[in-house]
Amino acid sequence: MPKVNLSHFEAAFLFSLFTSVVLGVVTKRTDRERLIYGLYCFGSFLLALFGLGWLMYLGHR
Amino acid sequence: MAKQKKLKEPMPPLNVWGPAVGVGWLVPGGGHFLLKRYGRAALLLASVTGMFLFGLMMRGTLFKPKVADLLTTLIYCGGFIGNLASGLLYFLTVWLGYAQPDVPGLVHDYGTKFLVAAGLLNVLAMVDAYEIAAGRKS
Repeated sequence: MPKVNLSHFEAAFLFSLFTSVVLGVVTKRTDRERLIYGLYCFGSFLLALFGLGWLMYLGHR
Repeated sequence: MAKQKKLKEPMPPLNVWGPAVGVGWLVPGGGHFLLKRYGRAALLLASVTGMFLFGLMMRGTLFKPKVADLLTTLIYCGGFIGNLASGLLYFLTVWLGYAQPDVPGLVHDYGTKFLVAAGLLNVLAMVDAYEIAAGRKS
């Protein structure tokens, strides 16, 4: 099994992607709703990722 | 009133949902595949397996149940259940001799979380397969 060294951002990005796909698939009832919810979850994850990143950066200045 | 009605909804017999949930546990997306939801099955398989494989490639730790103080018990037993929920992915990994010790480092730490999260996502997939098999969802 190859070893990968991901950065915080890369790991969190992958986590967001996989989790959003599953949440989109299992939560809603039509394909359109699933797609929209999956994208919404992914966007929310990224927003939180960047938001918390900036918060930590500014908090440590 | 509506809530009361929902609570009284009878549980379908085991032979209706058991195979879908059982296969869904062993193979991520397997329950959906059994219920002929091929697209969703493929997405679940790719996501859960992808999460698990990245966890392994980041050299995450697989939990073993340990009973000590409350927090330790919660973390180790909960982590073990999360790992176990990945089904065959977990068993194959253990049978093939993967035994990564718990070492400090952000990549290892992310890997451990990925391995547990893969199992938890598979639990969501199993619940969805149950609802489809029980006729509560299409």
